[in-house]
Amino acid sequence: MIPKSPISDKPMIEFRDVHKWYGDYHALRGISATIREGEFFSLLGPSGCGKTTLLRTIAGFEGISEGVVLVDGRDMADVPANKRPTNMVFQSYAIFPHLTVAENVAFGLRRQRLPKADLAQRVEEALTMVGLKGYGARAAHALSGGQRQRVALARALILKPKVLLLDEPLSALDKKMREQMQVELIRLQRQVGITFVLVTHDQEEALVMSDRIAVMFEGEIAQLSDAETLYRRPNSRRVAEFIGTMNFLPAEVVSETEHAVEVEAQGFGRLTVTPDQVADDADTGTAVGFRPEILTLLYEGQTAADREVSATVEEVVYYGDMTYYDVRIDGTEKPIRLSARNVFGRPVFDLGMRVRVGWSPGALILFR
Amino acid sequence: MKGGVFRIYTIGYLLFLYAPVVLLPIFAFNDGTVIAFPLQGFTTRWFTQMWSEPGLWPALKNSLIIAVSTAILSTVLGVLAARASTRYRFPGKAPVMGLIMLPLVLPEIIVAVSLLVVLLGIGIPLSIFTVILGHVLMTTPFAIAILTSAFQGLDRSLEEAAYDLGETPVSAFRLVILPLVMPGIISSMLISFTLSLDEFIIAFFLGGTQVTLPVYIFSQFRFPASVPVIMALGTILVALSVLLLTVAEYYRRRGIAKSGGKDTGGFL
Repeated sequence: MIPKSPISDKPMIEFRDVHKWYGDYHALRGISATIREGEFFSLLGPSGCGKTTLLRTIAGFEGISEGVVLVDGRDMADVPANKRPTNMVFQSYAIFPHLTVAENVAFGLRRQRLPKADLAQRVEEALTMVGLKGYGARAAHALSGGQRQRVALARALILKPKVLLLDEPLSALDKKMREQMQVELIRLQRQVGITFVLVTHDQEEALVMSDRIAVMFEGEIAQLSDAETLYRRPNSRRVAEFIGTMNFLPAEVVSETEHAVEVEAQGFGRLTVTPDQVADDADTGTAVGFRPEILTLLYEGQTAADREVSATVEEVVYYGDMTYYDVRIDGTEKPIRLSARNVFGRPVFDLGMRVRVGWSPGALILFR
Repeated sequence: MKGGVFRIYTIGYLLFLYAPVVLLPIFAFNDGTVIAFPLQGFTTRWFTQMWSEPGLWPALKNSLIIAVSTAILSTVLGVLAARASTRYRFPGKAPVMGLIMLPLVLPEIIVAVSLLVVLLGIGIPLSIFTVILGHVLMTTPFAIAILTSAFQGLDRSLEEAAYDLGETPVSAFRLVILPLVMPGIISSMLISFTLSLDEFIIAFFLGGTQVTLPVYIFSQFRFPASVPVIMALGTILVALSVLLLTVAEYYRRRGIAKSGGKDTGGFL
């Protein structure tokens, strides 16, 4: 795989306090963000959160009610969609069904009036890039979903846009094809080096492909960061619950200094976290949160690296390489989900077994 | 048992529908001036005699001018209405679309009389032009119905994709939308043409001294001697109508297949 070239600090897309109203409906509520040149950027959120609307404001299909959208330093307010340095891959792919694959790919070059030989060469290059070499003469309406997707990519990339916009491009594909296309898209982005902006509701897809992700809820960006930070340090319970699984145990802050917060958490007892483990989330009560994989189920003779508690196994879901357990830590009301890699020679724990669970305060997040 | 009842019902139904039409070619080739059984023998002389009828040719010419004009006008109006109804949302859309489609169910005689009163009232002389006006009114709902199904099958992103690739709204319409709805346009033109060609009441009321083919046929029934010739002419018209409708349906289906849509029912 081509290594990722470093992303420049040059802003490619800037949103400055962008608002969008549809009548009384406030679809975008003050979006401010910067997408850098060469970045693979994702807009992630549940349906209706405004991510597609935001993408369409970049393309020029959607006007904005307030604020500024800049592409490559230029205000897009008076630039119509057909004059913008962006190209889009549509959710439905929008392949022109009455044209051949080559005619589809060459569609955007029509206005450049290239000599025939040059045109054919560029179309062939673009098709080769997306793995459809030799498909030029085929009728577009006879292609499979994955092939349509590739034609849509070639058709957009042949124009060498500054930004490629992708609106849920993988949602129409089956799981296997989707995973394959994720890798293809990463490869393609590294190869062409242009800014990709992807809209998706699939958190896994966003985590796999993106340099940075903006998580959106109800027309606002809830968190904007790289995939790992998003997963390890979500800034609210809502983001935490949208990205993968997060367990919560009710807690209370006992004392607080500049360098440490002392907490009494249900099940875990007294513990101390550092200020960077604290997420200020006024919407919900105080709780400690942790991902399923940061807890360890301890076998006999194993000792915890840090601390341990006793628990009862209440549910076992076997996945082959992994097993998910719902365990209830002594002194808590609700079971928590934890995951364990299955190791040869060690049995899977059974329902109802008493187990010891190893944990570490350093991997917790305090939401308050 | 049940199957037998339905079979008899179906056969009876089809006989009721088509037996009169089948009589047309039978008597067109019958060697006798009286329209009655038993048949007198086979002849094609009614068809040759038809060519020398003096009134037939002006009537045919009028009918063709009217039918072609009607087909073009109602299809243009149909494209505009179908595009508006499938693409845009505007206040009062449902009642407006309902009113446009109303001539489909209005008694034609009422429409014809009302139009006559209005035209005479504002002093427009009756002519081919007034017949075209009336026919456009009657055929536009058909054109809209056909074209709406053609426009509905279009993915809206197709047009946006064309803008995105540098085309203006006008060129996007020409390069992407028009080719995809072209089968619907052809189908709409053929059906409007056929409807106009066959139409009698409006042509009779609004034609003034200008006679169309159906009006001519009606007038000829006063002369028993010319009835077999009318039968011959009718045979040709029926054959032509069936042919045109078949072609129209072919294009409509091809359009649906082309845009990858689902067939939601048509005329044939």
